[in-house]
Amino acid sequence: MSADLATAQRVAGQVTDPEMPMLTLADLGVLRDVEIDNGVVTASITPTYLGCPALATMRDDLVHRLGAAGFDRVDVRVVLDPPWTSDWISEAGRKALTQHGLSAPGSVQRPVGIQLGPVRRNLVCPRCGSSRTSLVSEFGATACKAQYRCNECLEPFEHVKEI
Amino acid sequence: MHEDSVYEGLLGGDSSQWAFGTDFEDPLAGVDTSVPPGVDPAELARYCLALGDDALVMSQRLAEWCSRAPELEDDVALANLALDLLGQARLLLARAAAASPSVVPALPAGSPVPPEDALAFFREAEAFRNVRLAEVPNGDFAHVIVRLLLFSVARYELLARLRVSRDQVLAAVAARGVKEVSYQRDWAGRWFVTLGRGTAESRRRLLAALRELWPFQGELVSSHPLEASLAAAGIGVDPASFAQAVNTVLDEVFAAAGVERPAGGVVWAGGRDGLHTEALSRMLAEMQVVARAHPMGRW
Repeated sequence: MSADLATAQRVAGQVTDPEMPMLTLADLGVLRDVEIDNGVVTASITPTYLGCPALATMRDDLVHRLGAAGFDRVDVRVVLDPPWTSDWISEAGRKALTQHGLSAPGSVQRPVGIQLGPVRRNLVCPRCGSSRTSLVSEFGATACKAQYRCNECLEPFEHVKEI
Repeated sequence: MHEDSVYEGLLGGDSSQWAFGTDFEDPLAGVDTSVPPGVDPAELARYCLALGDDALVMSQRLAEWCSRAPELEDDVALANLALDLLGQARLLLARAAAASPSVVPALPAGSPVPPEDALAFFREAEAFRNVRLAEVPNGDFAHVIVRLLLFSVARYELLARLRVSRDQVLAAVAARGVKEVSYQRDWAGRWFVTLGRGTAESRRRLLAALRELWPFQGELVSSHPLEASLAAAGIGVDPASFAQAVNTVLDEVFAAAGVERPAGGVVWAGGRDGLHTEALSRMLAEMQVVARAHPMGRW
């Protein structure tokens, strides 16, 4: 590996998610690959949700951070296949989520049929550690999060959804 | 940058191009958009328009619910679902334009409007190919739940089968989209059961919405020549092929809600041929007016 490639990978690997800045794009599993060829850095990213409006910001951040590190020519490519899954969030990323008051997703086991009963997840409150939690809404401030409330400390918290 | 306007920096010194926002990136940058062998690019483009228009028109109707849902959580849910569908629409319209640029309306020379925006904002109603269910004007909360249930149950089955399309973009959109639509379907299904088993008033409203919208359901599971042709080519999915699967899911929801499946009868179709109700042109007038006023605008 050339020194340039190692630098480009390190710089790109430090770019954080615009909505969840405690996570790097690498920890989120959005940054799929960084290559360098004839001085052109190619970074590949996979959108979390198809409509995620943060994708353009992620692209701009990669271009600017790599540019600041001396890489003038940066090409950010979108990779749609395979689609992003919350299983790609790294262990370090899950730890960072919890430390910042967010509940990390469990492993993805979406059932095939329609789910008409209540949503059940075994969560612990990221603030007090209690397992007595209630779902407030399957939808939240960003496409990837559900709203929960802790029945013990009564604090609301966000859960990154399994998908 | 002038201190009195934070937008000055966006304009590059040319205030004639002022619109809103900043982003104009190609959503398919780096994605292989070559047309698979043996496929007519124009036909592929028309198919992508049909699926993209379904998502776009449905997304706009859901977005009209912003600030009007009975609870904040459901307001946020509807906006989330609208955004998911807008994501599908953007990629599908961009894919249509990449397959056959001739489908994109002509704009003034030098216009920075990207192809998928030109398709969304500069086509007349008769050029849209969405199913009519998507364009029906909004009613009460039961109405949006019934519409979303009928739409998402069919959309789920469609996308689940589209994952093996020979077209890489369609396959990728389907693989991602089917997971998002499963959340839509669950949310609509749970609310359908809640309203059906709720009060006499919630049940009355649910049944009224179902009566109004059921004639539009048939179009979601009917075979159109375009869809049949692309299904035969291994690119698309013939809706008739998943009609039974849709019935099975709907029957499960109807049973849980204690609601009888409406009798068959008339099917109001024609959307895939550009034959729409008056409601679509009114919806588009509102959706398109700002973009049409600023064909040179940067967003």
